[in-house]
Amino acid sequence: MIRNICRRLGESVIVLLGVALMIFVMLRIVPGNPVATMMGEHADLAVIERMTAELGLDQPVYIQFIRYITGALKGDFGTSYSLGKPVSFLMGTAFGNTLKLALFAALFAWALGIACGISAAARKNGLADHLFMGVSLMGVSMPIFMVAMLLQYVFAYHLHWLPISGINDWRGFLLPAVALGWNSAGSISRLVRSTLLDILQEDYIDTARGKGRTQAGVLIFHAFRNALLPVITMMALQFSSLLSGAVITETVFSINGIGRLAVQAIAGRDIPLLEGTALFTTLVVILGNLAADCLYDILDPRIRKEV
Amino acid sequence: MEHNILEIDHLHVVFPSSKGETSPVNDVSLRVPAGKTVGIVGESGCGKSMTARAVMGLIHAPGRITEGEIRLCGRDLRKLSEKEYCSLRGSEVSMIFQEPMTSLNPVMKAGHQVEEVLRLHTDIPESELKQRVIDIFRAVGITEPEKRYNCYPHELSGGLRQRVIIAMAMICRPRLMIADEPTTALDVTVQAQILRLMKDLVSDDTGLLVISHDLGVIAKLCDYVYVMYAGRIVEESDIFTLFDDPQHPYTKGLMDAVGSLRRDAEVLSTIPGVVPSLAHLPAGCSFCLRCENGSDRCEKELPGLIQTGPGHKVRCHLMKEAGQ
Ligand SMILES: Nc1ncnc2c1ncn2[C@@H]1O[C@H](COP(=O)(O)OP(=O)(O)OP(=O)(O)O)[C@@H](O)[C@H]1O
Ligand SMILES: [Mg+2]
Repeated sequence: MIRNICRRLGESVIVLLGVALMIFVMLRIVPGNPVATMMGEHADLAVIERMTAELGLDQPVYIQFIRYITGALKGDFGTSYSLGKPVSFLMGTAFGNTLKLALFAALFAWALGIACGISAAARKNGLADHLFMGVSLMGVSMPIFMVAMLLQYVFAYHLHWLPISGINDWRGFLLPAVALGWNSAGSISRLVRSTLLDILQEDYIDTARGKGRTQAGVLIFHAFRNALLPVITMMALQFSSLLSGAVITETVFSINGIGRLAVQAIAGRDIPLLEGTALFTTLVVILGNLAADCLYDILDPRIRKEV
Repeated sequence: MEHNILEIDHLHVVFPSSKGETSPVNDVSLRVPAGKTVGIVGESGCGKSMTARAVMGLIHAPGRITEGEIRLCGRDLRKLSEKEYCSLRGSEVSMIFQEPMTSLNPVMKAGHQVEEVLRLHTDIPESELKQRVIDIFRAVGITEPEKRYNCYPHELSGGLRQRVIIAMAMICRPRLMIADEPTTALDVTVQAQILRLMKDLVSDDTGLLVISHDLGVIAKLCDYVYVMYAGRIVEESDIFTLFDDPQHPYTKGLMDAVGSLRRDAEVLSTIPGVVPSLAHLPAGCSFCLRCENGSDRCEKELPGLIQTGPGHKVRCHLMKEAGQ
């Protein structure tokens, strides 16, 4: 198993490098000179050329890439063109906020999705089933910004229970996390339900019932454990989509996170900042998948023993 | 008077569907006396497993029991609440389900799956559970029981899995054990071992109900046999009488098939015709369409179970009652 994890780690590094290269090349083949954009319309051509050379943008792409990677390994991601500060500094705070937001959202989505999925499956076509599946359909089909604004209206504006924006303490995270996790909760609960219903047809469920387990006992101790396998894969994928959803949530709730930083970077053609944010998002997604794979190994004895 | 562990009277199981109901179990009555092994034999789909599931209270929806009584040691099982039934399953009555390959939970260790039964029904202290399981593993002939305890089902052969399942079924010493095709999925040498093991399962105050489509298995294990066809009992008798003097044309067909071919797969080919679909059973004898001596009466009027000798009953118009 350790070997498996090492192999996956190796693969992850390669994927990360590949993605970095792709982002890097793509940002350089789009037409237009970022330095010119940065300096404004009336800049002197000589100045632009000098700046371009200073930033190393006149070098061949592969040299720029190697420089970038060696810098990145030392924690240096360049300086933001638009904000004039080191990218690593800007991302430091933003990354923490986004990660917290995404984790809160994921926790919310997993807990709600699993609870609703199980109770829906416990009584197929029962009241809870129809209710939760109806709501979850709304969950998957409602855009994040709508959920966000609805929550803001009800809980912050109307009831004054929670702050309308900003993240001064953990309470500030509640609404954004729910808004962001809402979609995932919907799809997770649907997957949990359908997986459980499939598993309840398996022969070993009869065996468990024959031992004297109650319906609920079978669901929790036998079916759910088996249902976790596909659900975990889905959760990891959901985690990546949470990160992309964070862009909208952070904007609506004015949270200083990676998503908002990325939007700023795109608007300002701020290449170092864009590279930095893209790279970090990739890293998190890869780590999420890695964690899911490892968890899958631990949970499924049929895989665990191989290689 | 010997007492019965299991008594089933006029059991009906019905599956409603959009095209009308089917009844895989139709007016079945049977007894499992204490200390005896009783068999149900019949072709695939005739309702053997469904009868067993009815006893366990585990018929899948939308199927349900519509009529009849099931008594386990005198207790009416149909009157039990779900909670009472759960405490009965695994401790008073247990069932070995048909498919050993898929009847164990793939993500749980074999030992833990057996331990679970003890946890549910006894208050044996945590520290002794493992030893109990290892003891029972040894009793059912699992070699290296300590090692197997920690194995996952996919690491065990079919024969070992079946032994684990048998261990699970017998660990609480239930009054009644039901074995549904206990050997069908296993290869011949393993079959013989499992049959030998099953033979030892019955003691004076317990009963064993064995279900099989294989008369050979029934002959090796059972004291008494019920022959089932399309949801109904068509003949019942002690094992020797049945093999000496089969009466129902269907039983005779089964016997001939075993005698001439000794292969299960060809059973059907020697009885002309096919099993009628449960949804389109004739009003009369369900076997009449395949019977050589079928008459008008057979087609229209359902024969009752006729006593043809001591403990020997046959559902056929062609039979004469004993002593007539
Ligand atoms: N969910 C269901 N809906 C309708 N009919 C069903 C359902 N499940 C089983 N049946 C019917 O019940 C009948 C009896 O099934 P059962 O499993 O008892 O057969 P069996 O005698 O055990 O056969 P086998 O040897 O194949 O195990 C079958 O003819 C089947 O068509
Ligand atoms: Mg069966």
